[in-house]
Amino acid sequence: MKRHLLSAGDLSRDDAELVLTTADEMRSLADRPIKKLPALRGRTVVNLFFEDSTRTRISFEAAAKRLSADVINFAAKGSSLSKGESLKDTALTLEAMGADAVVVRHGASGAPHRLAYSGWVRSSVVNAGDGTHEHPTQALLDAFTMWKHLGESKPGGLEGRRIAIVGDVLHSRVARSNALLLRTLGAEVTLIAPPTLLPVGVETWPVETSYDLDAVIPKADAVMMLRVQRERMNGGFFPTPREYSRRYGLDARRMGTLQDHTIVMHPGPMVRGMEITADVADSPRSVIVEQVTNGVAVRMAVLYLLLGGSEPAVGGEE
Amino acid sequence: MCAQPSPTHPDPGGRTVLDDRDIARALTRISHEILERNKGARDLVLLGIPSRGVPLARRIAERIAAVEGYDVPVGSLDVTMYRDDLRLKPARALLPTEIPPGGIDDQVVVLVDDVLFSGRTIRAALDALQDIGRPSAVRLAVLVDRGHRELPIRADFVGKNLPTSLVERVRLRVAETDGIDAVTIEDTGPGGGA
Repeated sequence: MKRHLLSAGDLSRDDAELVLTTADEMRSLADRPIKKLPALRGRTVVNLFFEDSTRTRISFEAAAKRLSADVINFAAKGSSLSKGESLKDTALTLEAMGADAVVVRHGASGAPHRLAYSGWVRSSVVNAGDGTHEHPTQALLDAFTMWKHLGESKPGGLEGRRIAIVGDVLHSRVARSNALLLRTLGAEVTLIAPPTLLPVGVETWPVETSYDLDAVIPKADAVMMLRVQRERMNGGFFPTPREYSRRYGLDARRMGTLQDHTIVMHPGPMVRGMEITADVADSPRSVIVEQVTNGVAVRMAVLYLLLGGSEPAVGGEE
Repeated sequence: MCAQPSPTHPDPGGRTVLDDRDIARALTRISHEILERNKGARDLVLLGIPSRGVPLARRIAERIAAVEGYDVPVGSLDVTMYRDDLRLKPARALLPTEIPPGGIDDQVVVLVDDVLFSGRTIRAALDALQDIGRPSAVRLAVLVDRGHRELPIRADFVGKNLPTSLVERVRLRVAETDGIDAVTIEDTGPGGGA
């Protein structure tokens, strides 16, 4: 049976749309006086974060708590991980504590897969970002945000929609997960980046690629800007930040070429002035703050569908 | 989740115990009983339990509007997350919960469901209500009471009391989703039930 959420590519169209419709119900919880549901009472969710993250960890924590699960936060700093403990020993510790789900973020691509299939733990594993590989819940919350704005919140609502993903695709796990998931949901994805920031093998992805931002975005229904991950760059991927902004940044002039209904997205954290200017980030088209709100609802849906019943309703096969 | 009969297939399987006219009469009587008990339509909120309770709640509201000239707020209340058998089955899809804009605080909430059986759905609904607000009273209207209660729960308004055996399955089809109004009994053999 399906137990883990490791890759956005593991989700079938039915799985993905079940997550979106479930998230829609979860979102209405925010309007209620008691923002809590009893579905995961007595279950334990461990947030295992080997890499720094604020919004993803807080979002998973809020999601698990709103479903009445017990949450244990396990960050690399200040734990035995910084004393040199291996992933395996950490996993065995979590298993001994009786975790029902492990939400893992790791700097190495494939670490969640290793955790899920090594036999070290029996819990469900949710990938919260591994290296430059994948970040499936981010893709789900992005898809959910598009589906609310462009898809009338209906199954099949993203069919044929054009999505432009712009910027540092090479270092972005968000881009890969989004490309896979949006394709599953029937949208057409175009990646726009300088040649140096497109990954090797991008031609095997289910996407179009382009080097020319101005040619693509007037036709797009959603424009997703990616952060330039300078902490992962050692070497010259582009001549100067200023030249990057001029060719691949979203400013007010470029925003003026968008269609009226087009939304502007960013997975955060943003570098204002680099890939996106402040007036664009704060414009009415921007749904960046809403993405954060939707993140909690989507993660609630994922945790509920993986842990809520006797067996999970979505995810990859065991 | 429960099986959805195909809307293109209006032939009701099993033995029909209530046809469309029986259902219409039962709902009309329930509507009047609700009004009588409540001394009018003020402060009423009708909450249908998905999926079949929701169209029933809407029809009761239409009848009340016809008699009293007052639109009673209608909503739906999904109880999936509050079920005591949540852990026994695969994770189930959630159904819509729509609370009318006025809320339920200090209102008389009438829960509307199709078939009252073990009472466990209603117990879950009472828990779900508690997280949404504090009604001044909660009443229960069901189209069919088939007996076999497992909890101390009873209905205030009943369309029809239907003696059944545990192996039978009582099913409501409604025109809105199934193309026909009918309550049927099917023999499912051991282990079956609604």
